[in-house]
Amino acid sequence: MADLTAASLDVTRAHYMALTRQRRLYGGLMLLVFVLLLAAGFGIANDRNAGGFLPGLPHIFDFPADVISEAWEKRVNLPGHLLRALPALIETINIAAVATLLGALGAILLSMLSTQGLAPWPRLIPVFRRMMDLMRAMPEIVIALVLIFILGGGPVPAAIAIAFHTVGALGKLFSEVNENADLKPLEGLASVGATWPQRMMLGLVPQVAPNWFSYALLRFEINIRASAILGFVGAGGIGYELKNAISWGTGKFDEAAAVFILLFLTIMVFDQLSSYVRNRMTYGAAK
Amino acid sequence: MSLATAATPVDMSSKATALIARKRLITLAVPLAILAYFTYIFFAFDILGLRERARLDNAVALVSDTYSYKTHVERNNRNGEIEVSVEGERKGIYDATNYPSWVTVGEEVTQIALDDGGSIEINGDIVRFDVPGFGLIEATQSRSDGVSLNLDTADLPDWISYSNTRLTVMTDAARLTLTKARTEVFVYEFGWELFWFTLDSPYYDHSFSEIAFGDPIDPTRSNLTGAWQDFWNNSIWRHGDVAWALFETVLMAFLGTFGAAIIALPLAFLAARNFAPLVAIRMAARRLFDFLRGVDGLIWTILLSRAFGPGPMTGALAILFTDTGSFGKLFSEALENVDGKQIEGVASTGAKPLQRYRFGVIPQIVPVLLSQVLYFLESNTRSATIIGAITGGGIGLLLTQAMITQKDWEEVSYYIILVVLLVMAMDSFSGWLRRKLIKGE
Repeated sequence: MADLTAASLDVTRAHYMALTRQRRLYGGLMLLVFVLLLAAGFGIANDRNAGGFLPGLPHIFDFPADVISEAWEKRVNLPGHLLRALPALIETINIAAVATLLGALGAILLSMLSTQGLAPWPRLIPVFRRMMDLMRAMPEIVIALVLIFILGGGPVPAAIAIAFHTVGALGKLFSEVNENADLKPLEGLASVGATWPQRMMLGLVPQVAPNWFSYALLRFEINIRASAILGFVGAGGIGYELKNAISWGTGKFDEAAAVFILLFLTIMVFDQLSSYVRNRMTYGAAK
Repeated sequence: MSLATAATPVDMSSKATALIARKRLITLAVPLAILAYFTYIFFAFDILGLRERARLDNAVALVSDTYSYKTHVERNNRNGEIEVSVEGERKGIYDATNYPSWVTVGEEVTQIALDDGGSIEINGDIVRFDVPGFGLIEATQSRSDGVSLNLDTADLPDWISYSNTRLTVMTDAARLTLTKARTEVFVYEFGWELFWFTLDSPYYDHSFSEIAFGDPIDPTRSNLTGAWQDFWNNSIWRHGDVAWALFETVLMAFLGTFGAAIIALPLAFLAARNFAPLVAIRMAARRLFDFLRGVDGLIWTILLSRAFGPGPMTGALAILFTDTGSFGKLFSEALENVDGKQIEGVASTGAKPLQRYRFGVIPQIVPVLLSQVLYFLESNTRSATIIGAITGGGIGLLLTQAMITQKDWEEVSYYIILVVLLVMAMDSFSGWLRRKLIKGE
């Protein structure tokens, strides 16, 4: 009997060790394949780049150094440049704000239509979900470039493009929030004859509004970055100023530096602000 | 003491009333604030001026170009030569052997049969356009008298525009322009022209079953290889280049995301409260992350393309720099939430610090990290398209190039469809991988 248990213990142990070895082997192999993929990918990307990685590496600070030294030489001009770029910055923030607001409104509607238990037409839930997937998958730049062709340059194409993407991105997050909402208040409202908008307004929104707000704030921060990028391809705002200042080249780098500073500060401020507000909402006011 | 903290019923009731009043105010104030903001935007963005700036003809051209194409039949009125080509492109010129079936080019007369039953006849300097339901339009051009028309020029329908130097007739099926220099007919057809094969390919105008099962069309190659070669190297749609561009975009996202994760992981330990005892190091690491994130992909792209030139690696590095900041922050937050008991347990067996991290910490955070990394992979595919448009790599570059021409909208819509499909594919791939690796399904 004692022999038997000892033997079976050995067998079990051997089996366990074999399994562990196998797992380690697979894990190691996967890691190896992954590292090889990464290295090979880097090699391909390097080959197809105009300049190589190693030759470029020593020059990585050349451009920042040029910009900084020139900005330092002409530092008296800097406040003037900052002031001049300010309207463009406000435009960029406005684009992001409008896009976030419109996108959030659209996302609220679509997320309600695509959440089980809330949707007025449950059969259409998959349709609305696919719609959100499609809107999310569409890069902002695509819509922006098409709209710039039709509407001309300016903030409107950028705002529409970002709003479109925001509807999809926020809609998915909002519908996840909605799924966790308690349906009892909605049932209560339905039992006294509330219409669908009334049920949503009075039963759902109070439950989920803080979470919605938190996601929308995060999105606002992302949208500021997106609106700066879209400015670079032709929509208005700080990105456009940046492109102009850079394409002037040496001699105008003080302007570029001013735009860099503004953009950096804006993104930092909104990044910190949104993470502060969201932390406060999650954990309550700081003690 | 207890008396002071206990609230009287009156107290509570007034508190509740105040609370409700405040909430009522908020429900009223928030929509009003949004409305006020939109009013400000209405003027700041100059929405009224937008109507003047909007080019609706551009929109019409864009939309019709995405699902239809036009074939040009053009007679040079100086030397009398006829040319039939797709979209007027040099790569799409028909030679005399393969004119479309609706065009008959004779010695003197060129006949065009239209879908709506009408026809156009170019006979030297005379053009006859038979419009169903309207009648025959006959126009003549001559070097001395300009363009003359058989209709009463004072009473023309709005789809005919006429002056002494130019006649334009626009119907749904075709568009005729006659000037002293040339006679031009555009015939609209549904679809994307020459998507599979260009006109110089022997496989043009053969059906799929003919190519797959029929006799060899080009005696030097087998049908399938030949067809594949001609399709892949199609000089107008450039399928091979497009596939490469898509691959480059995915490559940028892949290298950027995983490179950032690998760099951010060790740095995150330095920024986590429970692993970095020195406040100075922690603060330094956190500020580094904030800086990397704050500089933003756009600025990184500009800075890096100065050093490395345009291309996919610049894009990958731009993503890598930004995401190192994001990952650093996320990872260090995950590390701060690690359960200390498991590390103690591993330590109690005599494990050294590195082993403690490997067996006490890593297994706890891997699912969190992996799910975040995979989530970023999907969104970075989209970013890679945008960065590619700026730095010049991948499908983003092709997209902007096609848009700059302002006429190849069918290619633009093709690329848009491909980008959307690519992002959706990456989305479901990363979702699948997430389920597979984390839940072990």
